[in-house]
Amino acid sequence: MGDWEGVRLHVVTGKGGTGKTTVAGALAMALAAGGRRVLVAEVEERQGLAQLFDVPPLGYEEQRVASAPGGGEVYALAIDAREAMHEYLAMFYRLGRAGRALDKLGFVDFATTIAPGLRDVLLTGKAYEATRRRTGDRYAYDAVVLDAPPTGRVVRFLDVTTSVSSLARVGPINRQANSITDLIHSPRTAVHVVTLLEDMPVQETADAVAALQAAQIPVGAVVVNQARPPHLAARSLPAARRGRLDHHAVLAGLRAAGLPATDDVVDLLTREAADHAERTALEKTQRALVDDLGRPVYELPRIAGGIDPTALYELADTLAEQGAV
Amino acid sequence: MNPGPRAAKPPHFDVDRLIDDRRIHIVVTCGSGGVGKTTTAAAIALRAAERGRKAVVLTIDPARRLAQSMGLSELDNTPRAVKGVDGEAGGSLDAMMLDMKRTFDEVVEDHTTPDRARQILANPFYQALSSSFAGTQEYMAMEKLGQLRARPDWDLIVVDTPPARSALDFLDAPERLGSFLDGRLIRLLGGTARAGGRTYLKLLHAGFNVVTSTLTKILGGELLKDVSTFVNALDTMFGGFRERAEQTYALLKRPETAFIVVAAPEHDALREASYFVDRLSRDAMPLAGLVLNRVHASGAAGIGEEQAVAAAERLEASGGEHTLTAALLRLHADRLKVAARDERIGERFSAAHPEVPVTRIPALAGDVHDLDGLRQIGSLFDAG
Repeated sequence: MGDWEGVRLHVVTGKGGTGKTTVAGALAMALAAGGRRVLVAEVEERQGLAQLFDVPPLGYEEQRVASAPGGGEVYALAIDAREAMHEYLAMFYRLGRAGRALDKLGFVDFATTIAPGLRDVLLTGKAYEATRRRTGDRYAYDAVVLDAPPTGRVVRFLDVTTSVSSLARVGPINRQANSITDLIHSPRTAVHVVTLLEDMPVQETADAVAALQAAQIPVGAVVVNQARPPHLAARSLPAARRGRLDHHAVLAGLRAAGLPATDDVVDLLTREAADHAERTALEKTQRALVDDLGRPVYELPRIAGGIDPTALYELADTLAEQGAV
Repeated sequence: MNPGPRAAKPPHFDVDRLIDDRRIHIVVTCGSGGVGKTTTAAAIALRAAERGRKAVVLTIDPARRLAQSMGLSELDNTPRAVKGVDGEAGGSLDAMMLDMKRTFDEVVEDHTTPDRARQILANPFYQALSSSFAGTQEYMAMEKLGQLRARPDWDLIVVDTPPARSALDFLDAPERLGSFLDGRLIRLLGGTARAGGRTYLKLLHAGFNVVTSTLTKILGGELLKDVSTFVNALDTMFGGFRERAEQTYALLKRPETAFIVVAAPEHDALREASYFVDRLSRDAMPLAGLVLNRVHASGAAGIGEEQAVAAAERLEASGGEHTLTAALLRLHADRLKVAARDERIGERFSAAHPEVPVTRIPALAGDVHDLDGLRQIGSLFDAG
């Protein structure tokens, strides 16, 4: 059993550039293993998921994007505020075609600009609906993964009641916001924060964890992304950092391997090692800060060649091995 | 590896020449989130100051320690001198952090009577609008830029742009907010509540009726009342928001402005950069070049990736004697792999935009959080 038994909505956030879309995709794949159906949704009109799964741009219809080991399936969706608004109008006001006609007047832009929280209610509302949807006597999806806005905006995005209650104090939007709030503040939700082992992302992760806790939104795991493989033995690191590796030993090694054994080559390798050691030291400090947050930590390796669908399977396995599912 | 037909090397982006050019008064750094835009803006401003310019940098949301290093220990909407800048060449550096809400409040306060201003500032709709992220931050960044440019204190303003969903938001958001505030719908909403009877009838179109009734149903009548009070208070205040947005937009098109696109060697970041470059060119906006940040360079050891891996494997298989060399070779192979990928991604951008000058900033082992770090980045502009 994984760490998130009973969680139906996995929200993934992280500072820009930390790879939260990749992690959301990998988590969806991991959750789908063993014959489950998982939906992964994005809300920022970036088409990041389409790139990740290497499929044509996603629309407002859920689309199968990958199969997981054991007959699992991953579906993906790009939630669009405009479409969500139309669906909403059709559902609550039976305004089908009229809803689209309103668009010509700039209604949706207007409504979502006039009440910034409305946009978020519509976006999270769609994810909320997908978590609850049933086909027959079972849930349509065993889990929903939401590729959410970055850390700086995520609490505001998720805490929809606060953002709309001052504007829409009564009415269906308010009711919808309240239902979403119930889900988001319940143990059925987990917000995972993606970070790199660097100063700024870790700082933002700590800030986000604190903000989520203050808003009483359940914090999930911290996912350390793009962790570097430890190439050098720990005992060599201090010397490597100071550029004081055993010159002759390296030279002898190069000779033994039949490679060009010159001082220039040794110097270059030594410089690279110094860089690596400095980096490793920095990461160690940051890793300690991550551990201090007291959340489960998963570590994903940096994929030197870049992320493609094959790499996603690898990342999903790594998440599963570490207890994520 | 065969890269195919060799892409022409893009022209070198000479950042120093740009910042030494006294005709340039505004430098705007743009790019998607997480590429080091803020750090680049700060590094450019510092380098410009130490090369004799009277510079001010407008940052949006610097890392805490970077902010501290520039003397910005808290959110501050006023430019302040950065300590520790070498002023020998006659330059200086001020820094400020954009406070979106405060800037909006100032715009209101500067253009109306204290009484009216109080009324607007207390309006719930105004409060939501002025602290929301959807466009307001970009609008206020532009607004602040206009204000700074109007003052004689600096001869170079370096503007960092908000961490938007897409790089284009910075260009589009002010116009969007301007059109919104000046738009027919909002005017109508202002009018409906104000006039009740006759004006209402005069303005009434079937479509608008559906809009207002739908809005009332969804958002409640109270919000609409707040909106109309806000619009009425705004109406008498000053020239249109759209007009102001257009003025700043025009400022960005002048030859005194230079855009610098910042990207990391990642597909997403360079795709955004590509969109942005196309957009600047379509709008005839002055693009100076691309800063490709955190590029992993491969040293010229004369040992290829596969060769290094194979050698490491041989050493590892032959017992424990050469573990250090084996580890170094694995490290080297890994670097070459990453460097090759960075190179490929960069080349793909240049193939699509051969005219865009590029400077590469190597990936540093540590984080940048002080003036020395910024200085180091600045000196790398030259080397790229």
